[in-house]
Amino acid sequence: MNGSSRSTMLRRGTAASVALFIVFLAAWEWGPRLLGIPSFVVPPASAVYGEFTRMLSVNHLMFHTGVTAAEVIAGFILGSLMGALFGYLLGMSPTAEFALSPYILALQIAPKVAFAPLFIMWMGFTVYPKILVAVLIVFFPVMVNVLTAIRGIDPDLINLARSFTATRAQVFWKIEFPSSMPQLFASLRIGSTLAVVGVVVGELVGGNSGLGYLLTFGEGQANTPMVFVCILMLTLIGGIAYVAVILLERRVLHYVPARPLGGI
Amino acid sequence: MIRLEYRDVTMRFADASGRALTAIEGVSFAVDDGEVVSLIGPSGCGKSTLLNIGSGLYAPSSGEARVDGEPVAGPNSHVAFMLQKDLLLPWRTIAENVALGLEIHRQPKTECARRARELLASFNLADFAHRYPHQLSGGMRQRVALARTLAVDPHVLLLDEPFSAVDAQTRIALQHELAQTLKRAGKTALLITHDLLEAVILSDRVLVMSARPGHIIDEMRIEIGHRDEPLRRRRDAKVESYMARLMERLEIARPAPAQGAPAPA
Repeated sequence: MNGSSRSTMLRRGTAASVALFIVFLAAWEWGPRLLGIPSFVVPPASAVYGEFTRMLSVNHLMFHTGVTAAEVIAGFILGSLMGALFGYLLGMSPTAEFALSPYILALQIAPKVAFAPLFIMWMGFTVYPKILVAVLIVFFPVMVNVLTAIRGIDPDLINLARSFTATRAQVFWKIEFPSSMPQLFASLRIGSTLAVVGVVVGELVGGNSGLGYLLTFGEGQANTPMVFVCILMLTLIGGIAYVAVILLERRVLHYVPARPLGGI
Repeated sequence: MIRLEYRDVTMRFADASGRALTAIEGVSFAVDDGEVVSLIGPSGCGKSTLLNIGSGLYAPSSGEARVDGEPVAGPNSHVAFMLQKDLLLPWRTIAENVALGLEIHRQPKTECARRARELLASFNLADFAHRYPHQLSGGMRQRVALARTLAVDPHVLLLDEPFSAVDAQTRIALQHELAQTLKRAGKTALLITHDLLEAVILSDRVLVMSARPGHIIDEMRIEIGHRDEPLRRRRDAKVESYMARLMERLEIARPAPAQGAPAPA
């Protein structure tokens, strides 16, 4: 794609995207009424916005959003670090991988969110069980991707480094670690959205802070607009986390040939 | 002075089904300082295994390889190898790729950069020092791989079909460049190739290996001269007769017996 056709495409794409957003808002605002859907089932956009401003002052919306965001960030970072660490360790030791594989498989199959009640029984109505569910849910895709990346490295690359008398640590830092970056980042993208799922489930199960708590609060009051606001704020948190990963990825993987539109 | 020597080297592997398999058997030969020797033979005759033993990546089942009179006990800085694949690291610039071996040898950063710049200049790649491998053509990438091999200033170069993945025209240019470089730097090289013409025009000597278990069945000194000018050598009348002898030894002209194939029922 040459420069001018790319900029034409970007201009047209942006215009279409803005137009589509206006159509979407209009449909949300007037669609339910036209179709006779009551507002306690699908509240119109203006009602959700009104609830949003009300929640800002009455329900400490920003506080709860902040709590959830902090739990997501903590869970995502801890889960990715541990997943990457275990991925590299198992990647370097096929024996350990073989010995641990049944347990890894079992934990991978187990639905991670099902651990939420258990963690709350262990740690009470604090932020920790929520973070722990996020850690657990982020851990596996990161670990599996890193492990696969390490296993997939061309043995000739390792031999090349060895023939230059590289130590084990040099092979890791000069070949294995940088080789794994594309797959690590692919898993971080997945992890950034999964972290939100883990935290929300934790908050739904128990506690008195966070957007998950506001979700159940709104549900209890049959306040549909409040539930909508919570879903939107959670999507916003997940979206910011995802974009942050992509921005970091572009810096780290700057050597990868450019994909059209950066491949979001 | 002998730079590289194989003494009665035998290598046995276990194959996929666990049966013992002799890849090479009783291989002995020596390569003198500054000499370029080619090794040709049918696929799977253990040529690459010999290179891996020479570079210290694998230990032979019996016998030994020696570099500069010292037995090879593991990878060492006197030997460097280059494969058919360029094995450039995509996250490193061309200059950083050339400096990989120097970095592993813990040379100071400025020294790595200086040496890389120098080598890239000698391969007419100075303008590409800060590009990434995906921005270069296959032939250029292979030249970068050669520069990386030379960067650590090895006594012996082990080259495993270095040009078999590039197109025919690029290959001719690369052969010329390799011949010039080896002569200029006075390097000793062992070259594996499937290309009989390449073996004849680049080498002082050609060794012929048999099918598995591989052993040396012929040795042929190339008496043409001008080893640094493979383009000129190509046109020499003697090339034909060397090629004919190689084909004879490799039984290329005759229908090959179905080796290893199951007997017809």
